[in-house]
Amino acid sequence: MIKLINVHKAFNGKQVLKGFNLKIERGESFVIIGQSGIGKTVALRHIAGLVEPDSGDVLIDGVKMSGASSETRKKLREKMGVLFQSGALISWMTVAENVALPLAEHRLYPKSQIDDMVDEKLRLLQLFDARNKIPAELSGGMKKRVALARALMKSPEIILYDEPTTGLDPVMSSVINDLIRQMQHDFNVTSLVVTHDMKSAFHVGDRIGMLYDGVLVQCDTPDGIKNSTNQVVQQFINGSLEGPIKVVD
Amino acid sequence: MKMKNELRARILGLFDFIGREILDFFEQTGFTILLLFQTIFYTKHVLRKWQEVVKQMYIAGVKTLLVCSLVGVFTGMILALQTGVEMSEYGQQAQVGHLIIASMTREMGPFMSAIILIASVGSAMAAELGTMKVSDEIDALEMMSISPVSFLVMPRVVALSIMLPIVSVYIITLASIGGGVVANSLLHVSYNVYFKHLLKGIHFKAMYVGLLKAYVFGIIISIIGCARGLKAESGELGVGHATRSAVVASFLMVLIIGYIITAFFYG
Repeated sequence: MIKLINVHKAFNGKQVLKGFNLKIERGESFVIIGQSGIGKTVALRHIAGLVEPDSGDVLIDGVKMSGASSETRKKLREKMGVLFQSGALISWMTVAENVALPLAEHRLYPKSQIDDMVDEKLRLLQLFDARNKIPAELSGGMKKRVALARALMKSPEIILYDEPTTGLDPVMSSVINDLIRQMQHDFNVTSLVVTHDMKSAFHVGDRIGMLYDGVLVQCDTPDGIKNSTNQVVQQFINGSLEGPIKVVD
Repeated sequence: MKMKNELRARILGLFDFIGREILDFFEQTGFTILLLFQTIFYTKHVLRKWQEVVKQMYIAGVKTLLVCSLVGVFTGMILALQTGVEMSEYGQQAQVGHLIIASMTREMGPFMSAIILIASVGSAMAAELGTMKVSDEIDALEMMSISPVSFLVMPRVVALSIMLPIVSVYIITLASIGGGVVANSLLHVSYNVYFKHLLKGIHFKAMYVGLLKAYVFGIIISIIGCARGLKAESGELGVGHATRSAVVASFLMVLIIGYIITAFFYG
């Protein structure tokens, strides 16, 4: 369903992805782990079509996202929802307006129907009481849930989560992790989660890939990753100072 | 030898800096022009976006009312004082109203309005859109298949292009009143005589050229503010840079385009 084939990407001469390959099946929940600044979000943004690869291909359901026309890109994005790290809510709009935005802006349904759909999503994510608040009045966890509600409005087949638990307390992290699993089971959503939170990765991932030096050095089930003999993987999941991983500048 | 190498490295560094600045200038200019064409294309959605247009008009007009009032009154008072003192030496102080309205409608009204709105509204547009860019809100719009040009840029450009001529007329009116107060109190010109000459000085051509200038300035300020915001680089420094460059570029473009319009109609 999602394929990245030999993707290379550099920023200001610094090579971030060096022949990155990835395949995610329909309905699967895949987690990319790795150090901060190693290129996990760059990989996610390639799938969303927000970044173009220098070389290589990005395919969604067999259709090329990389180099696609704006019309094709639009169609492919219809299948996706993205949960950005900061939530990326429009600051001057209320929670309800933010959630309604993907449908209201395109006038896909009558206003009353959109309002009902917004209420349904807000109830699902336990946000109904906050429907008239603006993002500045919300906690970090609430912002992420509102962003998730917005991402769900178009019933996407794929949801991309960029650091969904970063900056959240352990309890709220568990709430978000459960929601990611719930989305996968209830709506058969294909998920890609980018994180360096190992607890979250083991909880939400069917498979986990470790990004290091521009490529996935290992892709395996959570148990396979826990029992990995790869020194990079072991150093990262144990958070040890000794090993091949050096601090990224 | 070491000094020679250091000098060579510094000269190369300078050329590298100049080259990058020139490339950046052309990239920014190209992006701004493209954004303007896209904005014109999306004006077809203006009726759907009327609420956002009105909100932006309120920000540009009502929220700048106090500073516009002060600038207008004091500009008129300064003009009356500076020209009136000279003219009174030739016994022509009664003509001061004529001079004030001519200079305000032709140049000063639109120019002063533009300066105020560059500082207050253009910079705010760059900062607002820049913050949205670095906090992924623009990307979030793209992911929802919502054009940031239609959603954010077009309402701002339409609002400012409507408001700048209105603000300009307001400033001209207050400058005329401020000039009248100085003419009456310091130059001993009666209000009756002052306003008679002031009305005589209103020329249709000066009015429509002035309003045209204000309209064009409104487009320039908003499109540059939005373009710089949308091109902001990540981090607070990026937003600060976008805001500063929006103010500088808008100011220069207002001067250059203002001269071109003046040369076209009066040259």
